[in-house]
Amino acid sequence: MPKASVTFEDIGVTVTVPAGTRLIEVSEKVGAGITYGCREGECGTCMMKIIAGSENLAQPSVLEHQVLSDNLAPRAARLACQAQVLGGEIVVRPG
Amino acid sequence: MSHPSVVAPGRPVELAEGVHWIGALDPAMRRFDIILNTANGTSYNAYAVRGERGVAVIDTVKIEFADEFFARLESVCRYDEIRVIVLNHLEPDHSGALPELMRRAPNAELVLSQRAPSILKALVRELGTEPDYTPVGDGDFVDLGGRRLAFVNTPYLHWPDTQCTWLEDEAMLFSGDVFGCHFCDDRLWNDRVGDFRFSFDYYYQHIMRPFRSFVLEALDKLETLAPRVILPAHGPLLRSRPRDYMARYRRLATPELGSGGDERTLLVFYVSAYGNTARMARAVAEGAEQVSRLRVSLYDLQMSDVGQFVDLIEEADGLAFGSPTLNADAVKPVWDLLSSLTLVSVKGKFGAAFGSYGWSGEAVGMIEDRMRGLKMRVPVKGLKVKLNPTEDDLERCRALGRELGAHLTGTAKRRVVDIAELA
Repeated sequence: MPKASVTFEDIGVTVTVPAGTRLIEVSEKVGAGITYGCREGECGTCMMKIIAGSENLAQPSVLEHQVLSDNLAPRAARLACQAQVLGGEIVVRPG
Repeated sequence: MSHPSVVAPGRPVELAEGVHWIGALDPAMRRFDIILNTANGTSYNAYAVRGERGVAVIDTVKIEFADEFFARLESVCRYDEIRVIVLNHLEPDHSGALPELMRRAPNAELVLSQRAPSILKALVRELGTEPDYTPVGDGDFVDLGGRRLAFVNTPYLHWPDTQCTWLEDEAMLFSGDVFGCHFCDDRLWNDRVGDFRFSFDYYYQHIMRPFRSFVLEALDKLETLAPRVILPAHGPLLRSRPRDYMARYRRLATPELGSGGDERTLLVFYVSAYGNTARMARAVAEGAEQVSRLRVSLYDLQMSDVGQFVDLIEEADGLAFGSPTLNADAVKPVWDLLSSLTLVSVKGKFGAAFGSYGWSGEAVGMIEDRMRGLKMRVPVKGLKVKLNPTEDDLERCRALGRELGAHLTGTAKRRVVDIAELA
């Protein structure tokens, strides 16, 4: 299975994950400072900043796009409960 | 001595030419929003401002007080004169009468902060239509004809949507919850009502304190306005020495303990039934003390009043909690402290958990979950030891302290792990 690496800048940990993994599946296990509310892409609590590798994440859904827009999110923001890793290297930080 | 009320049933109170208080008094309230006590009730302050081209209504009231609000509003204007409805904050105690006001004044423009629309849509679902609204921010204004309302974006005081509204010609600041308090007195003005200083500080401590960095950012904006009058959404109207209340907020929001320069601080809290978790706590602290530029403090929560630790935690960089597991749970003194942390901001602080257990050891994971829920970072996997810690176990505790200390001082080695290694 193709692998990807996700670096959580706030705790200095890089996790090797299979392609297709959602960031929510990794960040809590590793103790990163991303926190979750509804876990369904509606509340915006888990907004995070993509420092590098945004092209290595699946495009945001219509719902995620709307929630980011409602929360005046900057361009580099994504919801950790929705963002799915496609491959390559990604660096994130809590939003 | 007489008690000269300025509030009469169904009558508005004129604050300046064309500016009226149209709110409601709630003297029977004793507990607000579950968490706040009040000795003499509260008020829901709403306002109407008349210009040459129409009227602005600024905030509404809790739904139970809608009749009072509408009676006062109707004494000030006709519904077809209402040009704008300004919502400084959409919590239900200020937006309770909004759906009905929208029905009665269908042509009024809704003006709110840029973070407010998602809450607005949820609040007015009963209308059955998508509301029209105008999001505003710094630099935006509404021209009422001969006078303008300008808007100041002041988020997280105490919701993401909060803003202040500034009536330029009167130098009046409609501040929403900030500078408010739960204190009900029908004399309204701060130079006429009873002594409410304790209520003012209490309100800050319980509502605004978790957002103190936002308070300081807002003060930077609001102090430059130099308002002649501050009109909050709860409590007395501040016409006498309004800048004193801003100064008080600045003092309350400024860290008391000061900066330790480049030194970081770690607080280690524990409760121990048989001394095992206490030994672990001492070892965690010993390990952390080996890290340079880190000041470590160790506290037994068993007989302590957790309230006294909240101030320390607000200023600390890292927190470690040790708890035995009793009946598959962390122990009450630890939960008491963890539940008190909603009073302060701990977002981004580093945390760790440890504890001795007899059978199942759930406490450590529960504390870690709570810390993550508080938006803390938990970079080191918690440590649990079955009953008596061995010397090896204590060395693992020291290692936990060292690793946590390294994160606190920015000296942690970067790690690469496979997801399969993570529990």
